[in-house]
Amino acid sequence: MPEIAHVVVDKVIDARGSYCPKPLLELIRGLKSFPVGGVLELRCSDPGTETDIPTWVRHAGHDFLGAYLADGYTRYLVRKTHR
Amino acid sequence: MSLLVFSGTFDKVLAASTLAVGGAAMDMQVEIFLTNWALIAFRKDAYKTELRVSKDFEEYGPVLREQLLAGKLPSWLDNLKGAKDIGNVKIYACSMTMGLFNLKLEDLEPIVDDMMGIATFVEHAKEGSVTLFI
Repeated sequence: MPEIAHVVVDKVIDARGSYCPKPLLELIRGLKSFPVGGVLELRCSDPGTETDIPTWVRHAGHDFLGAYLADGYTRYLVRKTHR
Repeated sequence: MSLLVFSGTFDKVLAASTLAVGGAAMDMQVEIFLTNWALIAFRKDAYKTELRVSKDFEEYGPVLREQLLAGKLPSWLDNLKGAKDIGNVKIYACSMTMGLFNLKLEDLEPIVDDMMGIATFVEHAKEGSVTLFI
């Protein structure tokens, strides 16, 4: 298991089965109603998210903690750094 | 980002709506100008029944419709609602086409903000970095 898998997650958004741009929309909406400092895990199966999610997280200025493959999908970990 | 949406087939409106989400997510101001057949697609509740795809790929229509109804394809209306939710997105109807089809603003989906003329759209578009005709 990668080291990042041990990060404590405060909230999980399951966007498996959703296609672009829905996972990104779900992440942005999920972060809106989420406390600063919290870690959110986004689960996606659309391969487009592999670049989309880190690109958006960096653009928005939050912390992209990393991603790792699970059983047929990817888990993205994001720490909200500001309102 | 300025999108001039001319087509009313759901494959192209879906592409426009996806671009709108991308623009909104990346903090671009997004303006969508609906003209001609796009206004057929944006009539109230038409998204449920207007399931035409582009003529040049119409043999894919049944498969796409099936995927849309099964929820495998995102709905363009949901995309646009999401784009408005996360960013600065305005949707305008071409006043000429509205007159041509005898449509009023209240005949369209409520996500359409207002009517507009082409000079205003171009005035706004020239301030932006991306303008697309769909």
